[in-house]
Amino acid sequence: MNWRRLWAIVIKELRQLSRDRITLAMVVGIPVIQLVLFGYAINLNLRGLDAGIVDQANSAGSRALVMDMLATDVVAPVAHADTPQQLMAMIRRGQISIGIVVPADFERRRIDGRPVAQVLVDGSDSTVQVAAAQLAQTPLDSAAPDTRAPATSTPMPPRISVVGFYNPQRQSAINIVPGLIGVILTMTMVLFTAIAIVRERERGNMELLIATPLTSAELMVGKVLPYVAIGLVQTTVILALGIWLFKVPIRGSLLDVYLATGLLILANLSLGLLISSRAQSQFQAMQITFFVFLPSILLSGFMFPFAGMPKVAQWIAEVLPLTHFLRLIRGVMLRGASLWELWPDGLALLAFIVLMMTAAILRFRKRLD
Amino acid sequence: MKEEGAAVAIRASGLTRRFGDLVAVDRVDLEVPSRKVYGFLGPNGSGKSTTIRMLCGLLTPSAGEIEVLGLRVPAEAEALRSHIGYMTQKFSLFEDLTVRENLEFLAAIQGVPRKRTRARIDDLIEQYHFGDLQKQLAGTMSGGQKQRLALACAVIHEPELLFLDEPTSAVDPESRRDFWEKLFELADAGTTLLVSTHLMDEAERCHRLAILDHGVLVADGTPRELTARLSGRTFIVEAAEPRRAQKLIVDLPGVLSVAQVGTSLRVLMAEPAADGEGAEHTCRVIDDALTGAGQQAATVAVQANLEDVFVAVTRRDADQRQQAA
Repeated sequence: MNWRRLWAIVIKELRQLSRDRITLAMVVGIPVIQLVLFGYAINLNLRGLDAGIVDQANSAGSRALVMDMLATDVVAPVAHADTPQQLMAMIRRGQISIGIVVPADFERRRIDGRPVAQVLVDGSDSTVQVAAAQLAQTPLDSAAPDTRAPATSTPMPPRISVVGFYNPQRQSAINIVPGLIGVILTMTMVLFTAIAIVRERERGNMELLIATPLTSAELMVGKVLPYVAIGLVQTTVILALGIWLFKVPIRGSLLDVYLATGLLILANLSLGLLISSRAQSQFQAMQITFFVFLPSILLSGFMFPFAGMPKVAQWIAEVLPLTHFLRLIRGVMLRGASLWELWPDGLALLAFIVLMMTAAILRFRKRLD
Repeated sequence: MKEEGAAVAIRASGLTRRFGDLVAVDRVDLEVPSRKVYGFLGPNGSGKSTTIRMLCGLLTPSAGEIEVLGLRVPAEAEALRSHIGYMTQKFSLFEDLTVRENLEFLAAIQGVPRKRTRARIDDLIEQYHFGDLQKQLAGTMSGGQKQRLALACAVIHEPELLFLDEPTSAVDPESRRDFWEKLFELADAGTTLLVSTHLMDEAERCHRLAILDHGVLVADGTPRELTARLSGRTFIVEAAEPRRAQKLIVDLPGVLSVAQVGTSLRVLMAEPAADGEGAEHTCRVIDDALTGAGQQAATVAVQANLEDVFVAVTRRDADQRQQAA
């Protein structure tokens, strides 16, 4: 490894990048757009969900409870019905997303400490579930003075039960932003390097480069390094926006967040290089990239919970860098874990990087045949 | 054929390259003397680029031996890289870097000593007239300017041996002349140059020349040697109706080719006139044939040029291939 040649490649890449307006716009534009789209779509859905109401008790207490729920502005009443079955039909037709059911024995249930009301949820939209969870927190105290014993040192059991249809698993909205770091980096980083080598081959630069003393390791590492910096810039943009706009917490250390992200960036870049050494044209490189990108989004646990997937899908997911990154970043940002505690996933990413990078360097021949 | 005492920069024997069923280069034997401009002449698809790529170790030969600057290729190709410069057929520098940035990049890649880099680049910018263009993006320059930059980049580490693959194919005549001046300067300074071309006037400038046709090396020597071999076989016919005259001459025995040049015809015979008969005899034969058909004509013997050589060797080769088939 000759440092001067390596550095020459890095400088060259940065210079080319600085003149490539579209790519530069992509570097900052993609994270901002994705984050705002994903983030606000979630937040806006938390307001004014169409709701249907069945109040079978129709007592003062039950009416007060329904009014309290409506006062949160999370739901807006669009329909009243007589039975829960009617509400379910409305949900199925897409007329309403949330149904509120107060059973006839509301008062008795309240005294017994049993759930007093039911919130029916259209679980086909995961953000609705989050809203329902909020609704279920509506305190009963304001509806009527709690007649139970004053010993409230133990947490009150949920008095309103939530029944999710179609998707019983609930996912927190805050999961989205840490996950989004991973998704955006997977999309942009793989693509950058997947194109990087093919482009030089298409433009004819490669024939010049391989006729020089430049080694394939210098070329590969030199191509990766500038994009690591770009990946970290993207991470910073996403984090800053996530904290500013959505109050996403970083409960672990910021250093761990960047270390985990650095691992994902390197993993994706080396995967891109491997694609690059294989693809014949830039178009082909893009096709292969999307071939990898789709399973990453679907199987990594970003969209659907990992635990619920069939075994085969889980095995595939274990091979994807994004799966391991999501575990790392959610652990660090949301649970406040240290990277060290999550070592198996860190190790998996490291192994992936070494494997891909070695394969890319070995596959790259300084020959035209 | 080899000049006595001259060192050899490139030696190849039985060099062959197949792409599937296609034989792109077929058992080529080659000896390129040091410090000379050596030309590869041949039409497109004759195997010039493939041969050059094998010689600089970018393609693995299907068969044959190569020794370049005393190193065995492709086995020792890596060691060879710092001693050679390679100018590709297609412009292969970075179009989104400036002139100076391209030079800086190649200086670093080629290992020009750090202390000398600046002076070397300044020198090249001066020599290759890039004074005002240093900060211009390579992609925005004219064909001739790109060519100059490609050459400057190829010689930045002062290689002993320079490969140029059709360097002037996209360049106007004026730039081509300047370009060749540079090549001879380099040869004078001790560089060996291997230049491929399909242009006769460029081939004529080379110290030595190899003619490739369908991957086969059909002739080599100095331009003078090559043309001398055709003495007594080339004639110019002035005819009133050149197109009709051309048809008549082609059918005469021993005529290899007839090409129209302006209003006259250039005739190439397969064999020189037999001893004792001389060129005058051939002139008479042609004149008689034309006047016999009612055509006025005047035939004179002329010096062969490289185009004649090219036609002579490629026709012979084509005939042999036909017989073989």
